[in-house]
Amino acid sequence: MDPEARKVIEMGYGGAERLTMNMGPQHPSAHGVFRAILTLQGETVVGMDAVIGYLHRCHEKLGETLTYTQYPSIASKTDYVAAMSSELAYVRAAELLGKIEVPKRAQYLRVLVGELQRIASHCVWLGTWCMDMGGALGGGATVFLYCIREREMVLDLFEALVGARLLYGFHQVGGTRYDLPAGWVQTCRETVDFIDRRIGEWEDMLEDNDFFLARARGVGVISRELAQEIGISGPLIRASGVNYDIRRAEPYSSYEDFDFKVPVETAGDCYARYRVRMVEFRESSKIVRQVLDGLPAGPISSRPGVKSVGQVRIPKGEAYARVEGPRGEVGCYLVADGSAKPYRMKWRGASFSNLAVLPHIIPGHKVADVVAIMGSVDPVFGEVDR
Amino acid sequence: MLIQDRLGAPAGGEERALVVTVPAAQWRELAGFAKETLGCRYLSFLSAVDWKEEGLEVMARVENLDDNVSLTVKTRLGPGESHCQSLVAVYRGADWMERECYDMFGIRFDGHPDLRRILLPQDWEGHPLLKSYAVDTPHPPYR
Repeated sequence: MDPEARKVIEMGYGGAERLTMNMGPQHPSAHGVFRAILTLQGETVVGMDAVIGYLHRCHEKLGETLTYTQYPSIASKTDYVAAMSSELAYVRAAELLGKIEVPKRAQYLRVLVGELQRIASHCVWLGTWCMDMGGALGGGATVFLYCIREREMVLDLFEALVGARLLYGFHQVGGTRYDLPAGWVQTCRETVDFIDRRIGEWEDMLEDNDFFLARARGVGVISRELAQEIGISGPLIRASGVNYDIRRAEPYSSYEDFDFKVPVETAGDCYARYRVRMVEFRESSKIVRQVLDGLPAGPISSRPGVKSVGQVRIPKGEAYARVEGPRGEVGCYLVADGSAKPYRMKWRGASFSNLAVLPHIIPGHKVADVVAIMGSVDPVFGEVDR
Repeated sequence: MLIQDRLGAPAGGEERALVVTVPAAQWRELAGFAKETLGCRYLSFLSAVDWKEEGLEVMARVENLDDNVSLTVKTRLGPGESHCQSLVAVYRGADWMERECYDMFGIRFDGHPDLRRILLPQDWEGHPLLKSYAVDTPHPPYR
């Protein structure tokens, strides 16, 4: 934060006075616990200091004390809105280090749940973002309730698959823990077809709404340069004109078998981020259908199921594994010492880097835009604070 | 090859995932070189590893997104040493990452504009990711 912006001038009537305003940590638009200390001049933000850490649970220290079989189910608690992708990042790092093969069917299942998770996660993003912008969208809760209703259908699929709705424990080192139950494939097809139709309705609701366009277009522009230096990823960096998707750059889990488009927008504003995610919705359902069409038979794991906590040992070495989560690059850097627990585990949370861009782009905007920009970044604080 | 000529440090790793280790004095120079000459403008993450009596190791991963090449840069600070050059002047994203590193490992980044804790409360004692910090360290009035 600019030291000049920290100075608070006493209230007066000249119009150029500064006021420090606290926003959060319990602000509804924070999507968790996030505190922004804003310095305002009139209604314009001139400085912003972000305070994070309210949800810190010491995941990295915890990772050093838990074994490779115990930790994957804890990994889901970093990004709890997209638990499938964080679990995958951890087990993939362990598999890279241990040179553990993953059967083709397990790879396809991982893609399947990863893409369904992206749909569910983007539903939460769209709903909450539109609710943040509230009044402009005619009451505000409409889009939210529509999105949450559709997300429930995806969660029902996950519940039928693993028995849990939010935190799954689906992945294990060497494959997956569960196979598809009978009738699941048919329900899954019907669900993605249904959601695909709904996406069109949401777009019609929003893109014909002048208030929505006024609040999203040209607001919160992230330049290509800034995007790279901060290290933002996922829909944010693709909305800033950088064609960067890990599923393309470094295909993992057989992503090279599927045909999908990586949307890129150049404007870098809230509307561009919105457009990127709307296209991703459809691309994800496209991938889901391809997985269901081409799902190979065979085992779902190259290793036996979890029986004891110390059964996976990883040889000495280090590896960085990353996956393209709904919010961007979810990475896990593991240093192994040959025992059943990692020596060091580093989480590269997509939301942490994405959120770090806020103090750079918010100054100059109105207070109301802070909410719109924050929502368009789509942070999950479990992943920011870890 | 270019890295070796310029910095005298051989690059290891795979063809598209290079690893370079340099002395701590060359840390910022290496980052500037990676960004300007190698085109690694994307900062993926910056972190550290505590190697106990061998001291702390700071590492960062930067990428050239156009050519799809990643570079992992590392430096050993040496036993008992906790000062390191800051990369904020090169990568603005290093700001929060170095604060996290300071918070967790107590590494002081020289040249950082605003080095304070980021995840833990400002009055927290100790740096939890150091190996010398026990998981069950008591914190009165809590356990």
